Amino acid sequence: MSSNGGSDRPFVTFENVQKSYDGETLVVKNLNLEIQRGEFLTLLGPSGSGKTTCLMMLAGFETATHGEILLDGRPINNVPPHKRGIGMVFQNYALFPHMTVAENLAFPLQVRGLSQAESEQKVQRALDMVELGAFGARRPAQLSGGQQQRVAVARALVFDPDLVLMDEPLGALDKNLREQMQYEIKHIHENLGVTVVYVTHDQSEALTMSDRIAVFNDGVIQQLAQPDVLYEEPENAFVAAFIGENNRLRGTVAKAANGSVQVKLPTGEQVSALPINVRGVKGEETTLSLRPERVVVNPRGKKVPNVFEGRVEEVIYLGDHIRTRLNVAGHDDFIVKIPNSADHPPLNPGVDVKIGWSIDDCRALDAPAGE
Amino acid sequence: MWVYTGGEQTTMADITANQAVTGPLIAADGTPLKRKLAQTTRRARMRALLLTAPLVLFLLVSFVFPIGQMLYQSAHNPSFGDVLPNTARALAEWEGDGVPGEEMFAILAADLKQAREDRSIGRAATRVNYELPGSRSLFTRTVRNIGKVEAAPYKEALIEINEKWDDPILWATLKRVSNDYTASFYLAAVDRKYDADGSIVMQDEKRQIYVQLFWRTLWLSALITFLCFLLAYPVSYMLSVLPLRYSNLLMILVLLPFWTSLLVRTTAWIAMLQSEGVVNDLLVWTSVLDDDNRAQMIYNRTGTIVAMTHILLPFMILPLYSVMKTIPPSYMRAARSLGANSFTAFRRVYFPQTIPGIAAGTLLVFILAIGYYITPALVGGQDGQLISNLIAFHMQRSLNWSLAAALGGILLVGVLVLYWVYNKLVGIDKLKFG
Repeated sequence: MSSNGGSDRPFVTFENVQKSYDGETLVVKNLNLEIQRGEFLTLLGPSGSGKTTCLMMLAGFETATHGEILLDGRPINNVPPHKRGIGMVFQNYALFPHMTVAENLAFPLQVRGLSQAESEQKVQRALDMVELGAFGARRPAQLSGGQQQRVAVARALVFDPDLVLMDEPLGALDKNLREQMQYEIKHIHENLGVTVVYVTHDQSEALTMSDRIAVFNDGVIQQLAQPDVLYEEPENAFVAAFIGENNRLRGTVAKAANGSVQVKLPTGEQVSALPINVRGVKGEETTLSLRPERVVVNPRGKKVPNVFEGRVEEVIYLGDHIRTRLNVAGHDDFIVKIPNSADHPPLNPGVDVKIGWSIDDCRALDAPAGE
Repeated sequence: MWVYTGGEQTTMADITANQAVTGPLIAADGTPLKRKLAQTTRRARMRALLLTAPLVLFLLVSFVFPIGQMLYQSAHNPSFGDVLPNTARALAEWEGDGVPGEEMFAILAADLKQAREDRSIGRAATRVNYELPGSRSLFTRTVRNIGKVEAAPYKEALIEINEKWDDPILWATLKRVSNDYTASFYLAAVDRKYDADGSIVMQDEKRQIYVQLFWRTLWLSALITFLCFLLAYPVSYMLSVLPLRYSNLLMILVLLPFWTSLLVRTTAWIAMLQSEGVVNDLLVWTSVLDDDNRAQMIYNRTGTIVAMTHILLPFMILPLYSVMKTIPPSYMRAARSLGANSFTAFRRVYFPQTIPGIAAGTLLVFILAIGYYITPALVGGQDGQLISNLIAFHMQRSLNWSLAAALGGILLVGVLVLYWVYNKLVGIDKLKFG
């Protein structure tokens, strides 16, 4: 997490914000969120989860149906977008096609009444920052996707806003370029100390760049945490499923005892798990979440409380690891990632194998209805 | 810090540069790549050509050929030479000073006798009358009496029939008319004529109408185009931002005039605007106007402007709409987020992007307007007539097709010049018609 910039007050605050487009359904349900100065916060979620709506309300293009949004302690619900001083990078870049790159960058400075000389200097500095110093005279259409992306970032930063919003800015780029841009945006953020609110549906993008991630689903923040916490300690079944890969076993609580629960699977086996999102009442429905890389194959010497038999169904060679699909406890989609190293000889389909995992790696979460 | 991938920086310029270094590329079988490409695509091109052939032929027959014919007629009028061929030939050789001698009159008398038999003198008389008003009767009367002239001296005999035959101005005119190719119709179309010694002078003041009419046509067309633009811009904008089901409904309303007859729409305006019409009744009823003082809004210039603006409006809306539809709302949002208020955002970001649509719409409406005929004819009265109405008059009433063709030719050149100017200003490749 980055510093608070000397102020204890959150930079952006959403207070009980609700948003509805049609008066029948809520796209954003009672949102409370505090963003610190200098923070890189990502709103992550599937499409239609309300994350972009939140960003648009912050930018001023949508009005909250209920609740208050504060920017630096000041309510901004009635401040028009051009007076909010928030930089924004759009999904399709929204570079003005009839202006050159330099004119695009000069636009926010001109409307702020900066002098010609000052404006030119700032434009050049911003272009240099994104390594496009020699491209000022070009039209956006003459640039590649990655270059347009950089211009869009430079334009959102050229007037020195304290807050920059990014709405899936890397969605149109190919994979290599996207990964490279992730680092660049992250570095710019670190160098300038600007607060960034970033919207994406790509979890790896969110994990790479963010100080904190707010996982959205169904208009509600499911979990707000640092990337590693989000991955290691998901608080509910949605977050566990959305962030990274995981094996899910449905079952019912058999008994709860000092920091662990016994969960009975439909096939009769019992699993010891860490209770996270269960009350521990006998008979309660639960989802067990287990990361594929935390499953140990042939746990001979190690002491693990959960040991199961599984039959290898499929083996996929992926270079650094071998992805193995097993049939365990009636689930034939049980995935185990086996590191490609000397102590782990590859398995062959059809072989029976023993697997095991520890209590801490097996999290008992809620059991969403309808799954 | 920024590492470019190789592919990203390879531009078309680089590729062509590479080619220049290695020389023409050769296909695997040794033929140059360009020729090989042409060979392989020939079949497809031939098929495309064949498919377009009917349209090309149709355009040739129904468009290019008639226009060429019309333009030819504006500068080529053989009426005199057809009716009085020998006279025309003799006049061509005559040096054209004063009144010719007996020899010429003898040829003329023979031609006139032939014309009397063929009953064809009318055409030649009309042709001369265009150039020298009042000389029609000279020909008809002379032909009527030519039977009496049986032997030389023809000159005295003809002058006896009508003393105008002794007029050098008549003979100068005849010499000019005897040439099938003439610029005099174009001169007439711009209110000019030849005087007796063949120099170009202004038409008599009473007969100067065309230049004034051309200016009026241009000015009214410009005004109508501007009004269409003013009305169409907000409508197109609304169409482009509304959800599809509303915009479709509105679009039908916009297109509705296309599906009703032009005549019906124009007569609807007559019902609206005439002195006992809906608008006047309403104004009188609300006491804005006195009953004895009803506004004259039709059968004059106002009528032409109102009806034509209405009829041409869709031609402005459609190209504007098609351009506005392609401008994503994120541009305006980006401008707003960068600190521009709505007006600045509109002026600096939205408006410049709609210019191709404005250019297409104004060009379309203006060109349609300067050639418009039915509406001004029905609701224009006297001072709402446009140049097309006069062209129609010469085609149908006065039967001076050459003059009609010359007027049309000037109109055509005007449109082409406009097109050229637009190309210089906006770039014709940037026009978007929808």
